[in-house]
Amino acid sequence: MTEPSASMSTPSASSTVAGPAQSGAGTSRFKGAGNYLALLPFLFYVGLFLVLPTLIVTLGALSTNDGQLTMSNIAALFTTDVFLASLIKSLELAVITAVLGAVVGGLLCWAVVRGDPNGLLRQLVVAASGVLAQFGGVMLAFAFLATFGFNGLITLFLKNNLGIGMDMSWLYSLTGLAIVYTYFQIPLMLIIFLPSLDGLRQEWFDASASLGGSAWSFWRHVGGPILAPSFLGALLLLFTNAFSAYATAQALISQGCVLITQQIACQMQSEVILGQENVGKALALWMIVIVSVVMLIYAWIQRRASRWVK
Amino acid sequence: MGALSEKNALIERPRGAGKRRRAPAGQRVARLAILVLVLGYLVVPLLAMLEFSTRGDLDKATNTFPRSLQAFAAIFTYPNLVDGILASLQIAALTVFGMLLLLVPTMVWTVVRVPRMRRVIEFLCLLPLAIPAIVIVVGIAPVYQWMGQHLGSIGGSPLTLTFISIILVLPYSYRAIDASLRSIDVATLADAARSLGAGWPRTIFQVIVPNIRGGILSASVLAIALVLGEFTISNLLSFSTVQVVIYLLGKRDPYVSVAVSLVALVFAFVLLFVISRFAPGADTSTQRAAEEPA
Amino acid sequence: MTSTISSPAETGHGVAVVFEEMHRWYGPVHALNGLSIDIAPGELIALLGPSGCGKTTALRALGGLDVVDQGSILVDGKDMTHVPTNKRNMGIVFQAYSLFPNMTARDNVAYGLRLRGVDKDARNKRAEETLELVGLGAQSSRYPHQMSGGQQQRVALARALAIEPKVLLLDEPLSALDARVRRQLREEIRRIQIMLGITTLFVTHDQEEALAMGDRVGVMNAGRLEQIAPPAELYDRPQTRFVAEFVGLTNRVPGKADAKTVSVLGATVELLPGSAERGDVTALVRPENVRLTQAKDGTGRVLAVSFLGSLCRAQVAMRDETIVVAQMAASDSVGLFPGAVVRVGVVPAPVFATTD
Repeated sequence: MTEPSASMSTPSASSTVAGPAQSGAGTSRFKGAGNYLALLPFLFYVGLFLVLPTLIVTLGALSTNDGQLTMSNIAALFTTDVFLASLIKSLELAVITAVLGAVVGGLLCWAVVRGDPNGLLRQLVVAASGVLAQFGGVMLAFAFLATFGFNGLITLFLKNNLGIGMDMSWLYSLTGLAIVYTYFQIPLMLIIFLPSLDGLRQEWFDASASLGGSAWSFWRHVGGPILAPSFLGALLLLFTNAFSAYATAQALISQGCVLITQQIACQMQSEVILGQENVGKALALWMIVIVSVVMLIYAWIQRRASRWVK
Repeated sequence: MGALSEKNALIERPRGAGKRRRAPAGQRVARLAILVLVLGYLVVPLLAMLEFSTRGDLDKATNTFPRSLQAFAAIFTYPNLVDGILASLQIAALTVFGMLLLLVPTMVWTVVRVPRMRRVIEFLCLLPLAIPAIVIVVGIAPVYQWMGQHLGSIGGSPLTLTFISIILVLPYSYRAIDASLRSIDVATLADAARSLGAGWPRTIFQVIVPNIRGGILSASVLAIALVLGEFTISNLLSFSTVQVVIYLLGKRDPYVSVAVSLVALVFAFVLLFVISRFAPGADTSTQRAAEEPA
Repeated sequence: MTSTISSPAETGHGVAVVFEEMHRWYGPVHALNGLSIDIAPGELIALLGPSGCGKTTALRALGGLDVVDQGSILVDGKDMTHVPTNKRNMGIVFQAYSLFPNMTARDNVAYGLRLRGVDKDARNKRAEETLELVGLGAQSSRYPHQMSGGQQQRVALARALAIEPKVLLLDEPLSALDARVRRQLREEIRRIQIMLGITTLFVTHDQEEALAMGDRVGVMNAGRLEQIAPPAELYDRPQTRFVAEFVGLTNRVPGKADAKTVSVLGATVELLPGSAERGDVTALVRPENVRLTQAKDGTGRVLAVSFLGSLCRAQVAMRDETIVVAQMAASDSVGLFPGAVVRVGVVPAPVFATTD
């Protein structure tokens, strides 16, 4: 016998080798500054194409056409009925589709997560959601027209087979817009929320059951509270998404400026009332404010939630 | 008690054994109902697109539409449409290139050399999510006006959309690459490479980048999907990208518009499905790419 | 190894648990292969084995977290095989991460009581008492993420005990902790278990743990129970080759077997039942049974000596290049150094022998 093994059981504490010092530690202050230099191209680019437009919008919103400082553009949101109405419609649409998308999307997440994590169903649904969440705007509008439009699949089906002649003009109203928006809100919810559901450990469920809990008690005391922050966060993201959307509405309701995003576009392209671009900028500034507030709330929720789950 | 059972080899496995614990019946029904209803809702418009775009001319006798690919063939009869598709593809390619050039070295450098800036970079990359496209275009329009007036034909070309497209894809691409970077120990890899004598360019391109291939692939595919689907900025800056052309065409020839939309959709779906199959870990990257910062 | 009390407590909540011919398949894998165990009331059975041997499957089956394809489980005489988890009233402690992160330690421990309708003051009081029992009375308002791994496992134990379960199941509860905490906590768990007299199933892959804690230790391999016996008996008189090789350290030394004895390292020792009985065999000799004597005419040459506190282990090369490990009290290792020439012998303890 050449190399017999003294069959050892699990050894006692083995010695550990000290790891290398954190890279970059101990470099001189000059070198430290140099490190930041390498980030300049990125910061410059982002500054130019992101911060600059924001500045242009802000300054324009606060200026009259002659360059004087004024608050009248900003106040125009409240003084002009059309503007206020478009804001309210945008908010309504955003809230409704966010809630719908969150609830239905959440249920879909649950249904998907119960299955095989590596199975085909899950892979397909996740991949499809990745695509459909981006499938907004013009293409989606046409898809719905192909379904419910004058010559659409469902319209013709109802007319020819069931003798029902439906008036499909609802598609071009806010109701129709809501239904179309929900179409991309649901996949977006899946993408955002599924990882959180994955984060629910099986041990928690098992522990709850072993202590006498039913599925309901688990969700009520453990699962629900743990998921609540990410659910709310996802809801806020869906809100922002719907609030900021332009293309879908434009493709379905091309006449008129119903939503605030369309209103801004109208102001920008307005040939009737020249020199109204600054009002458009003011409305844009209002949008930034609203979205920023929502994102701040979102960030606050995220920070609170990450305390618990590492 | 408890000695080896002699008869164990002869025990036959009963039917139905080996399954996972079955969920209660109520749960299974609920799950099935949700999947059918929701996925059905999502699939119907896609089927409608398919049916719509494969219609031939109406057969007045039977009042039905025969199947035909004439709508797809007609795509090529609209030079604007073909130009728009080409323009969008070119912008997509340039955007991917620009995004990778901008993001990858910056992100790797941040992780390895200036970890303190990670939060700042992350914030900047996710900022575009918070600023609606309509707002960006209102603010960037003067810049593009200037470019069109002073930079001649280059300034007026749709390819200049690349600059703003890179900004638009930042959030998604950042998250994809970030997920990849977090899954490997970049600092240790860099230390190991450097201790073996590699300089920084070599370390980044030969050691680190090959290990984040999944994230890079994911980031690129997301960028392509986003550029192909972009409408708002192109429309308001009067550039004829594919979505704008589809929109304008929609009033005149809905069949071709739907056909092109379907092609774009299938293309994006195939791309994303491929990366989820061939780039393991890219699945979570795609998922987290749409998330906001923690 | 701490000495264990051989008879379980008469007082306490202990009930008898019986596994009868349990079978479980995962696809083609036969995870439990005719497992049968009788656990006496108040007894702590340690299930020991390599990963994949089925010990966790057995525990999960007992807890109702997994189904049994064939066979049955009896608790206190009643058939529990098809009773759902939340009706079994068993306390389970998982390896890690099982505390509810959104609740304080107190709320975690009180959870089971809350589900049983105990009112707030009563359940909080009981939770605090149970936390005292595991030594965490001062930490009751802390959240899991504010505690160390060891503290979290104590809370998990308290939570399992708070509902006064009939059976306590511990699924590798110490495996995720570092060595010192592990040793400390296992002694506390054993103390509490004896005090309360709860029938306990303790699953681990760590031998030291199993031998230290169990009233009896069951060694499992590939879904089968190889041997179940009190720790000393398992250690000194293994009944199968797997147990002989798995438990404790062994040297594989060539020898010659002859019916009931084997001659190895110049001595004739008794063969354990189940060994190979004739011809050239490999005898499994424990290091502490190897005797080294300094002798100029010795056949062994010391290669290395490891100091382990109260013990020393020496690696000795034999003439045929076999390496034998000897273990002795540190005080007996004087004069042993790399290069020393020694005579290698063996005490007359029974050994297990195999054919290869």
